Amino acid sequence: MQKKPESTVQRPYWPPYMAGAALGLTLLLTYYLTGHGLGASGAYTAATAALVETVAPGSGQNNSYLGNYFTPGHSPLFSWIVFEVLGVVVGGFVGAVTAGRLKGQIECGPSIGRGSRVGLAFLGGLFMGFASRLARGCTSGQALSGGAVMALGSWAFMLAVFAGGFLAAPFVRREWQ
Amino acid sequence: MSGPLEVHGLFGETWSLVLAFAVGLLFGFFLERAGFGSARKLTAVFYLRDYAVPKVMLTAILVALVGLLAFGSIGLLDFDLLAAMPTYIWPQLVGGLLLGIGFVVGGYCPGTSAVAAASGKWDALAFMAGMLAGIFGFAEIFDRLSSFYFSGELGDVTLSDWIGLPPVGVVVLLLVVAGGAFWVIGRLERRPGRLVERKAESDVVEPAASAVSGSGGAR
Repeated sequence: MQKKPESTVQRPYWPPYMAGAALGLTLLLTYYLTGHGLGASGAYTAATAALVETVAPGSGQNNSYLGNYFTPGHSPLFSWIVFEVLGVVVGGFVGAVTAGRLKGQIECGPSIGRGSRVGLAFLGGLFMGFASRLARGCTSGQALSGGAVMALGSWAFMLAVFAGGFLAAPFVRREWQ
Repeated sequence: MSGPLEVHGLFGETWSLVLAFAVGLLFGFFLERAGFGSARKLTAVFYLRDYAVPKVMLTAILVALVGLLAFGSIGLLDFDLLAAMPTYIWPQLVGGLLLGIGFVVGGYCPGTSAVAAASGKWDALAFMAGMLAGIFGFAEIFDRLSSFYFSGELGDVTLSDWIGLPPVGVVVLLLVVAGGAFWVIGRLERRPGRLVERKAESDVVEPAASAVSGSGGAR
């Protein structure tokens, strides 16, 4: 990160407990309305399924895993989770704009090149995509949503996420610090 | 009316998707306000520099959990109609470990990368592309993984079943544990040389980074 003048127009983040409470109420509302929680990785899976199907027709529907994301007459993109994540994108955009935080940038620590950072972002995404399918969800669908209904596997998952993060953190310290 | 409302057939397909978009809107906005569109803020917990991630996550879960139980106790919510969250302990543990690695290497998780991309982070787009590739890889080898994917099946077991306490007891227990965790975090934050949270998020001071054992956060 170059020495950019510290932006003074940015609004501060909310205090963590306040942001957490707002997210918790959103999750509660979602459960009350729909009977299930929030998610994220499912939308990426639907996108993968749609992409595979577009590139090689039939290979998405016939895949033993991605096939579950197809319903007759519908694209996998026409689903609850995809619309929810579209909302997340717009909500995040509105949040960034109203806080003065909308800025094109590649975010990393001062001692790593931008190319390396983008490569590591892709690599991390690769792990994330694979792992979210293995665990049947990510930080949203498993940790938050499963945690709120006290699912044992979700709490075990959460501990494993933090363990994995702390295990790998020393190896990528230069990426961030 | 007793929830979940969806089961009463109140919303057709279209309204269901509109609602999905609406709750996503709130989700994304609050994630942004939490600072979760920033990879450096998200990963800082793993270097004991910023504790927003565990604070926000634990608070969100506990608020939702207490709310769900409260709704249930006054007849506003029928727990039997909530989506099942089955436990498959081995893939969830291994998946969690791999996901934690992906989190600190990539800087985001699936939801936060969407927020980051929407606030202009190009690295978040690379992360999202990586996710699609990772999911594709998973799907390609799913047949070979499926016995592991379905291993350790425990059914819809909850902490309440597992510990043998009624849900309210588990909530009290979790509140005590979370309170303890927040207290420890508060102590850590008062260490000399800590990251000052009120500083602009991009300006991470170099503290005397000695203890990165990680034992404090792995709970």
